[in-house]
Amino acid sequence: MMTVLTKPLLVAALTAGLMIPFTTPDLAQAEDPATKGFEIAAQSDRSDRGFGNSRVSVEMILRNAAGAESRRAMEITTLELPDEDIGDRSLITFSSPRDVDGTSLLSHARILDPDDQWLYLPALKRVKRISSTNKSGPFVGSEFAFEDITSQELNKFDYVWLREEPCGDLTCDVLERKPLYEDSGYTRQLAWIDQADHQIRKVEYYDRKNDLLKTQSFEDYTLYNDQFWRAQIFRMENHQTGKSTDLIFSDYTFGLGLHEGDFVKGVLRRQR
Amino acid sequence: MDMQRLWAGAALLLAAALGIAPAIAFADEKAADETLADGYALGRVLDQIEVSAQLAFEPRFFPSGPRYADQFEGIQLSGFLKPELFWENEARDKQVSFVPFFRLDTQDDERTHGDIREAYFRGIVDDWEYLIGLNQVFWGVTESRHLVNIINQIDGLEDVNEEDFLGQPMINVARQTDIGRFDFFLMTGFRERTFPGPDGRLRGPLPVNTDRVQYESDLEEWRPDIALRYSHFIGDIDLGLHLFHGTGREPDLVLSADGQTVLPRYTVITQAGIDLQYTRDEWLWKFEGLVREGQGSTFLAAVAGFEYTWFQALDSDADLGFLAEILYDGRDEDTLIPGNRSGAVQASVFDKDLFFGSRLTLNDIQDTAILGGMVVDLEDGPAALRLEAERRLGDTWKIELIGQAYLEDDPANPASVLDRDHFVTLRLSKFF
Repeated sequence: MMTVLTKPLLVAALTAGLMIPFTTPDLAQAEDPATKGFEIAAQSDRSDRGFGNSRVSVEMILRNAAGAESRRAMEITTLELPDEDIGDRSLITFSSPRDVDGTSLLSHARILDPDDQWLYLPALKRVKRISSTNKSGPFVGSEFAFEDITSQELNKFDYVWLREEPCGDLTCDVLERKPLYEDSGYTRQLAWIDQADHQIRKVEYYDRKNDLLKTQSFEDYTLYNDQFWRAQIFRMENHQTGKSTDLIFSDYTFGLGLHEGDFVKGVLRRQR
Repeated sequence: MDMQRLWAGAALLLAAALGIAPAIAFADEKAADETLADGYALGRVLDQIEVSAQLAFEPRFFPSGPRYADQFEGIQLSGFLKPELFWENEARDKQVSFVPFFRLDTQDDERTHGDIREAYFRGIVDDWEYLIGLNQVFWGVTESRHLVNIINQIDGLEDVNEEDFLGQPMINVARQTDIGRFDFFLMTGFRERTFPGPDGRLRGPLPVNTDRVQYESDLEEWRPDIALRYSHFIGDIDLGLHLFHGTGREPDLVLSADGQTVLPRYTVITQAGIDLQYTRDEWLWKFEGLVREGQGSTFLAAVAGFEYTWFQALDSDADLGFLAEILYDGRDEDTLIPGNRSGAVQASVFDKDLFFGSRLTLNDIQDTAILGGMVVDLEDGPAALRLEAERRLGDTWKIELIGQAYLEDDPANPASVLDRDHFVTLRLSKFF
């Protein structure tokens, strides 16, 4: 631990000493890759925080390897809890296909413990607590795994900063993040976070054999309420199967006055 | 006759709900914006009504000939329509739902029937929720039997799995607190259980005469029922408790004077029950239990079991679940069929039974799923097998296949009256 910390510091100090006439020292350069990785991830995460609660309509477009499409529609309502050590609450309600209209998934995300999840089945008006062990399973037949949807909390990963490289018109920091929670289907992920707005632009997912499984790109970032960036499109491409899934977000609304009582299993019965 | 009364009641409730809801909605709209014209507000309310429907073609085939006189043989062509109208204001604190249901059946006149599954107005004020009208409420955690699920009457004409329910008129007031949710139900307009007619299959030796229903209460179907429910979760445990006092949903079947039919008899019961689930990793541990007074001797009944899921079985996207439950029902055998001379009439009696099942969900785009299960009576030996498979076709169609078989060691065993009623149902639904 000491050597890891002191060596870059020493190098930085020496470099800083030599470079004084030419540049001001960049403090970030002085940190070790793990700290730097975490700080960049934390900055990205915190740039989205403080939104309180939000609701968004989502269209899911699923494509098989031959390119045939099918669609689902859902609405995602999220409640942010200020404490970073407690996960957010979310409610996903499907409206299409019609036969699953009203089917809802309520999640209480936790950081390292399994999430609490309840499924509402409108045909029987039944609320069922379900196992959240199924992190790596496909979310409603899509290329998104449950963990890609529900496990985006800062403290669910370990981070290492790898490098800086151009990403489109921007410059990105590339971080490696490893899931700290159990039952993940990934050994690691690579995340590209831009240096201007601190938003995730791309994630590569590596499977349990450490082979590249999927690439997710985040497109059409829009600034809401002058402070919250939200990507309008998530594209998930599975390199091993040739299938892909797009999530298209629309009609973001913030400040709905929701509270924890709106994210309890009792409200699932109100979803039609 | 009963249907007319139901429709009249439902129409009144719906009229009341539709009258109240927009009135409140308009009040809100006006408060928000005084300039809104009434006509414009009405247009907006109408725009917010979601209309959808399920139309199903549902042939059912009985490969064996009937056991009892009058019963049909072979194919039972049938179909149903279930429209759904749903309105919600923008703040989502007022909702109106109207869900009628109609079935046509070519073989059993009784099975051609209609119901109003839902016709309610729901309002939400802070942590309070109130509902007036007809609604369906589900309680419970187990799969083989929905023991504690007492609010709604079973629509016994739909299927033998007791998962179709009649809309129950009610006033439901609920409060969500930090220590859980409390529900209070006040109900009247008792719904009589439906049974196949004399022509129908899946019945006992004597048809149930639903035109001559007996009630213990002099108020008959208008006797008020009350129920209290508490539900919450603490960590991995989900808990539900309930109390019910009123006319019980499960009838005793009494032999008629002429001995040609049995008559449903509904007694006033008091019941307390619990449902529990412990969710840990891939395991769901489940328990439902109740004690009931007022239907013969006071008795206990319980279902306990587990559901284990092998997620992404064999490195595929599919999940394979294994279920097992043990069932106990301590009610007097006599109270099931007082005065009965010809054997059990009710087929779904879980006195001491064991259930095994397996569920395969492919997690594909079409939501393909297959569920197989078997209930075995530990004492008498008869067993019922069931297989359900479903898959969406395109975006708006769905195909379901349901098969049920009855195994019988000893054909003379009175506990098995359905042993010639194996069936296969094909349900092809179009969703609008």
